[in-house]
Amino acid sequence: MTKLALALLKRLGGMVVVLALVATVVFVIVRVTPGDPAAVMLGSDATPQDIAQLRTKMGLDAPLLVQYFQFLLGILKGDLGQSIFLGQSVTQALAARAEPTFFLTLFSILIAVTIALPVGIFSAVRRGTLFDQIVVTLTMVAASVPSFWLGLLLIQTLAVGQGWFPASGYGGPDTSFLERLHHLVLPAVALGVVNSALIIRFTRAAMLDVLGEDYVRTARAKGATERRVILKHALKNAMVPIITVIGLSIAMLIAGAVVTETVFGLPGIGNLVVSAVLRRDYPVIQGALLVVAAIYVLINFIVDILYMLADPRVRL
Amino acid sequence: MAPVLAIENLTTSFKTAEGWRAVIRDISLSVNAGETVAIVGESGSGKSVTALSALRLLPSGKARCEGRILLEGKDLLKASEAEMRSVRGGSIGMIFQEPMTSLNPVFTIGNQIAEALVIHQHLSWSAAEAEAVRLMERVRIPAAKARLNEYPHKFSGGMRQRVMIAMALACRPKLLIADEPTTALDVTIQAEILYLIRELQREENMGVLFITHDMGVVAEVADRTVVMFRGDMIESGPTGQIFAAPKEVYTKSLLASIPRLGTMGEAKAPRRFPEVDAKTGEAVDGREMEDVAQTSAPILKVANLAVRFDAPNGRVHAVEDVSFDLKPGETLSLVGESGCGKSTTGRAVLRLVNASAGSVVIDGQDVASAGTKELRAIRRHAQMIFQDPFASLNPRITIGSAIAEPMLSHGLAGKREARERVAALLEQVGLSGAVADRYPHEFSGGQRQRISIARALALEPKLIVADEAVSALDVSVKAQVSNLLLDLQEKHGLSYLFISHDMAVVERMSHRVAVMYLGEIVEIGPRAAIFDNPQHPYTRRLISAVPIPDPSRRAMARPLLSEEIKSPLRPFDYVPPKRTYQEVSPGHFVQDTASAWDERLTA
Repeated sequence: MTKLALALLKRLGGMVVVLALVATVVFVIVRVTPGDPAAVMLGSDATPQDIAQLRTKMGLDAPLLVQYFQFLLGILKGDLGQSIFLGQSVTQALAARAEPTFFLTLFSILIAVTIALPVGIFSAVRRGTLFDQIVVTLTMVAASVPSFWLGLLLIQTLAVGQGWFPASGYGGPDTSFLERLHHLVLPAVALGVVNSALIIRFTRAAMLDVLGEDYVRTARAKGATERRVILKHALKNAMVPIITVIGLSIAMLIAGAVVTETVFGLPGIGNLVVSAVLRRDYPVIQGALLVVAAIYVLINFIVDILYMLADPRVRL
Repeated sequence: MAPVLAIENLTTSFKTAEGWRAVIRDISLSVNAGETVAIVGESGSGKSVTALSALRLLPSGKARCEGRILLEGKDLLKASEAEMRSVRGGSIGMIFQEPMTSLNPVFTIGNQIAEALVIHQHLSWSAAEAEAVRLMERVRIPAAKARLNEYPHKFSGGMRQRVMIAMALACRPKLLIADEPTTALDVTIQAEILYLIRELQREENMGVLFITHDMGVVAEVADRTVVMFRGDMIESGPTGQIFAAPKEVYTKSLLASIPRLGTMGEAKAPRRFPEVDAKTGEAVDGREMEDVAQTSAPILKVANLAVRFDAPNGRVHAVEDVSFDLKPGETLSLVGESGCGKSTTGRAVLRLVNASAGSVVIDGQDVASAGTKELRAIRRHAQMIFQDPFASLNPRITIGSAIAEPMLSHGLAGKREARERVAALLEQVGLSGAVADRYPHEFSGGQRQRISIARALALEPKLIVADEAVSALDVSVKAQVSNLLLDLQEKHGLSYLFISHDMAVVERMSHRVAVMYLGEIVEIGPRAAIFDNPQHPYTRRLISAVPIPDPSRRAMARPLLSEEIKSPLRPFDYVPPKRTYQEVSPGHFVQDTASAWDERLTA
């Protein structure tokens, strides 16, 4: 167990290093992109004096190194700065927008996995049958469909046509939690279905590999039922690539939030980033990038832990 | 009494694009309680298919069995899938060839043994695991209880095969099917596993269907033998009779091609393997080679070579303080079991791995200090042949290009010239020059190994490191390829560093032999001295573990040493002890560890 703890500690240490690098990269990217936030904030009829004044106030005229250390120090204190336009701190702005992004990602991945695992496993077990061929074809199609297109299609039929679901948005400030979730159904289905395609293909490939292994034959020779052979002996061995692709899918969902939240009119973090970019709201962009990167790193960490649970050989 | 298993007129076919194709035809055999029946044959003979048919483990829909397979009178081909499940692991246990891949890597040993008991005897998991400990003790896994919760990757090959046996025998089957159970194991471990199977068989009065390609193993274990060739049953009968008076030509030639220990006679130099006439099955023993070994300066001089790797939990002393030299035209064999460092030594000679200490000098050139250019020049004179003829040829390159490539890349020949050389080389290794445009998959294993040899010869090397070059080949092919190597040596005065675990092949091929154990040479000397007068206890153990292909000389009881080759993994601060060697006869050196070994073995 101490070895396991040591391995975890090592990875945690790695995470801190990665986050520090990310913070640096974010800082540099924002500084090198053209456009002066002070000028943007004050609009086109501001005088150079006004702009210079605001720059001083925002700390933009300090030497870069000073700005950098202030930025890092702020992160350590949980202070990501003040938004230029929203009149609130970046942390507050992100927290206020976190809920739809979080639940959309969660539901999408749940839907994707729920579809993908059984279909992928069954397709591998029945390799070459009509079912398998249909699955292979459909997943190819689904993987090339943009999720927003499927979303629009769903909105068109189920929201606009049938009126079963809201077409867009996340409800007003006083809508109930359930009502808010109702708004997420169509986007989550669209994202879930599209993302399931990749997971199905990985699950199928991983299971096909494993089903050809000698130990699967051993399990059969032991008299295990087919169900046991597949769900116990084969599946656990196939889990490492499957976990990997699920982790990747979550990361892609978060990255894709920028597009999906715009299409579905969801006030999430993706939406916040888009408006911040348009307005050159540097602190918000910085903060959002940092938080998303942190989530990426966290997902990778969790995936690593799951590897260790799935495969004793990874435990050293 | 009815036999435990009776296979009657079994024909198994596989579905191909052209329809059903029979892979085994009209096989009939039976196994009685307490009896061992061997199915013997070369690769592609259908022996494994026969075993898998009996358990109906071939993929349904893609394979079809006709005939009858009677388990105590009940026809398994008519049984339902549920009935078959109670047979598999219940009345019939099975062990497979590859212990390294036959256990599930993500479940503990205990869980995998217990599973059979849970399935068939409906024990609770805790009761089944308690029984698993007992089974592990029965197959003599040391510290069974402590190892119950370990995963397969912590077990060596021999230990894994013991686990497989424990698993197969968990429910006291009436029949054990063992498909090449010792092929992937070292000889000393093979001897232990064979002994274990025989003991357990006696205790349980089980029938054993033993599938193997190794006639030595057959002679050792089988009461009756069935010989298969390309899907047909050629001959069957009591093992003694098959060996003493084979009726069929194929059986005769199979028996004649087995490399046997102690057949060198008065020969001083290496000796060719018997030539077997495939039409009559008659064999003419091979002649002694003309001794081309020179007494001049050695082509290869290895001094105090060490190769060490750092692992997370220690340092692997793969090769430690190894010294030898090799004269032009001479063959020095490195023998030993897996993990003894013989392959690493061979790779270090050509600097495919870097030496940690010591020196390697090829033809006066120091390999360790050679720069890129010098190394290229050295490698021109020193080539390597690998074990796996399937993996060592690029499947997308014609064999002609593969053979020409070294010549072209060393700038030794133009394209046209290279083409002519390729044809000549192919003819030298016994293939037609016209096959140069074909791809590797169009050749059999033996042919591919010939191609690998042709490629190695392309640069006219003086030294060839042959790493288990004939080990993966079927017996008849093994003899032919070995003879080819001998002929080439005689013709070109080649020097071979011949790395092998196969003592019988080594005896024929070598001028001198070095026995390795845990990275060190424990004994080195002229071939006759090592085989006829082995001094080190490990050498003796290695030679005595080789199965003798003669059922009348069956070694009834073997010293059972449940001790496998130890790991060369040591703590980081380990300092290898300085070894000294005693010269017992001219050129025959024995490591001073012999007495310590003797004490351990008699203790």
